[in-house]
Amino acid sequence: MSFQPVHFYQTGTFTVGNRLLSAEERSVQANVERTNSLNSGHRACQGCGEALGARYAIDAAMNAARGRLIAANATGCLEVFSTPYPETSWQIPWIHSLFGNTAAIGTGIAAAIKVKRQKGQMDDVRVVAQGGDGGTTDIGFGCLSGMFERNDDVLYICYDNGGYMNTGVQRSSATPPAARTATTMPVGPEPGNVFGQGKFVPAIAMAHEIPYVATATVADLRDLEYKVTKAMGLRGARYIHILVPCPLGWGAASQDTIKLARLAKETGIFPVFEAEHGEVTGVLKIRRPQPVEEYLKLQKRYAHLFGKKPAVETIARLQAAADKNIRKYGLLDQEAN
Amino acid sequence: MLKQTEGSHAVAEAVALCRPEVICAYPISPQTHIVEGLGEMVKAGEVADCEFINVESEFAAMSVAIGSSATGARTYTATASQGLLFMVEAVYNAAGLGLPIVMTVANRAIGAPINIWNDHSDSLSQRDCGWIQLFAETNQEALDLHIQAFKLAEEVSLPVMVCMDGFILTHAYERVDVPTQEQVDAFLPPYEPRQMLDPKEPVSIGAMVGPEAFSEVRYLAHAKQMQALERIPQLAEQFKAVFGRDSGGLTHSYLVDDADIVVVAMGSVLGTIKDTVDEMRQEGQRIGVLGITSYRPFPLDSVRAALQNAQRVVVLEKSLAVGIGGILSTDVRMAMSGLQLHGHTVVAGLGGRAITRKSLRGLFSKAINGELGHLTFLDLDWNVVNKQLERERTTRRSGPAAESMLRDIGVVAARIG
Repeated sequence: MSFQPVHFYQTGTFTVGNRLLSAEERSVQANVERTNSLNSGHRACQGCGEALGARYAIDAAMNAARGRLIAANATGCLEVFSTPYPETSWQIPWIHSLFGNTAAIGTGIAAAIKVKRQKGQMDDVRVVAQGGDGGTTDIGFGCLSGMFERNDDVLYICYDNGGYMNTGVQRSSATPPAARTATTMPVGPEPGNVFGQGKFVPAIAMAHEIPYVATATVADLRDLEYKVTKAMGLRGARYIHILVPCPLGWGAASQDTIKLARLAKETGIFPVFEAEHGEVTGVLKIRRPQPVEEYLKLQKRYAHLFGKKPAVETIARLQAAADKNIRKYGLLDQEAN
Repeated sequence: MLKQTEGSHAVAEAVALCRPEVICAYPISPQTHIVEGLGEMVKAGEVADCEFINVESEFAAMSVAIGSSATGARTYTATASQGLLFMVEAVYNAAGLGLPIVMTVANRAIGAPINIWNDHSDSLSQRDCGWIQLFAETNQEALDLHIQAFKLAEEVSLPVMVCMDGFILTHAYERVDVPTQEQVDAFLPPYEPRQMLDPKEPVSIGAMVGPEAFSEVRYLAHAKQMQALERIPQLAEQFKAVFGRDSGGLTHSYLVDDADIVVVAMGSVLGTIKDTVDEMRQEGQRIGVLGITSYRPFPLDSVRAALQNAQRVVVLEKSLAVGIGGILSTDVRMAMSGLQLHGHTVVAGLGGRAITRKSLRGLFSKAINGELGHLTFLDLDWNVVNKQLERERTTRRSGPAAESMLRDIGVVAARIG
């Protein structure tokens, strides 16, 4: 396939056309030689953030590993929509074992590769383990922590859409406060998911002092590619946590996936940063600060906050949580100065 | 080489001789000495090209094993009791994926109440998980079965559990013949996987299978166990040719040809049973023993052949199918289907209770005299049981049963056995 001409464009956003960049600075996805690791034809919903994130992340990892990559996948949407056998979207060696053991599967693959390399029976093959937030922050958390503390040579990628979407949108420990899920219904005195629960696994990953931890969203795909590439340049346990909006579970329009991911970052609800050996080394600054309402009101999972009598107090609590992120990670330029 | 050594260490040496590539370990008694031994050998560089991984749970141990086996590495782990139960989801997964992992199960009871001693509840709870299960009678056989297990697993692409009685075998020091590396290499070729995660030939492993093919995929698991049923005796023959020992196979029968009564059992208790049978034979009783080595696949034909001339069969098992009686007995009775035999289930040795020759003599004499019921709990202390049942009849808040029963018994540690 010959290189296709790319039209020059400027969109009025921060997006820059590839034509303005030198060849080596262009995105992995912009290259017709990209792997298409997660190929077209899979059965993800329209506007699926996880499919987009996985496509960019795994192609970037493949690019960094010069095509020598094995992926382990937790049970979940990504597993189900990509392998309705006899069809598979995976163009790379790929294994699904269970819901809660994907990090350990990664450990096993890495151990086998190490031995096979010593014996001269295998090239330097790299390992990615991936799962949703349920498979990562809940049921797979023990295996994840074990893989981290042993510093096994695995890049673990969590696609966080804030709930168990594959089983019908139930709460996970990554479901944000106030959000409606099938197990945190908007009824009673505290409608939606309760405040004061849940965990932010990137911070827990950092507590293991592993070589690299990063967060990303599908709104900044160049940033995602950069982080995956950086992670692949390192050895040991690495963790990337990607916010991936879910039109189905969030009750959002399919065309708003990127917009929601951007708003999550711009409101401070989801801090985008990277850390090495437990210390934050870089943050993606908020460019155009937005109030959390702008993010919340696009999603039916928060519709109960915007009824005839808006839940002003609840919205203020969510704003306070976002403000805390902004302070904690220095997400605004003036705060960094 | 003849050696006086601990059962666990004999197994560790056998596994090391099999040139394992990945070993994952999580401590649980009574299998700890096996992985400790292997860990030391790997760290000292005595096992070349092997990764030894201390994992955070048994669930992780089996999961790491799945990952490494799927990447083409010869993989080993060991567990027991609660550990086996904790990894169950991955145990089924390894079998379903057809990964030839070898795992030692140092058989131990399952709680509650927590109990670290030997019985067969743990691996028998996994009888339908798709793994092959081989039971060792002695430490020598435990050692030998591990070498056979790798070959069997890799030939039929199924995982194999080698079951050995916790403490009774794992912690017993006795003489074993440890083979040489040359012997093991001659018997066990390098692992050639049927399926492998390989960037040169990318495949997807572990896809969802719906009603259109699930039955067929499951049937194949059964077909592979039926293949194993044929391979196990052949491997025992090959093993004998290289190592000069009878080890493994489907069953071991002892004096069954003219026996009116045959005792069926698995594991180390077979030694005590044979001693008892020897005594009773001297007294003119026509009694024999059938030891089952391959519990899964279950050798229906070979069991039937061994029992068909008997009039009475006593299945003595270290397990309890609560609500019906025996686990092994159910399978033995299936093998006996259509034969007009009297069958007895004897539940014995639960949680490490010693099975003595005296008790066995009494039991077998009762069976010979036609006085044995269908289900017997050997050496059960009826006083303790009845006292607790009475307490529960008369008091609603009777408290935790196990603790009450222990209180009734008093301090009797010295009386165990």
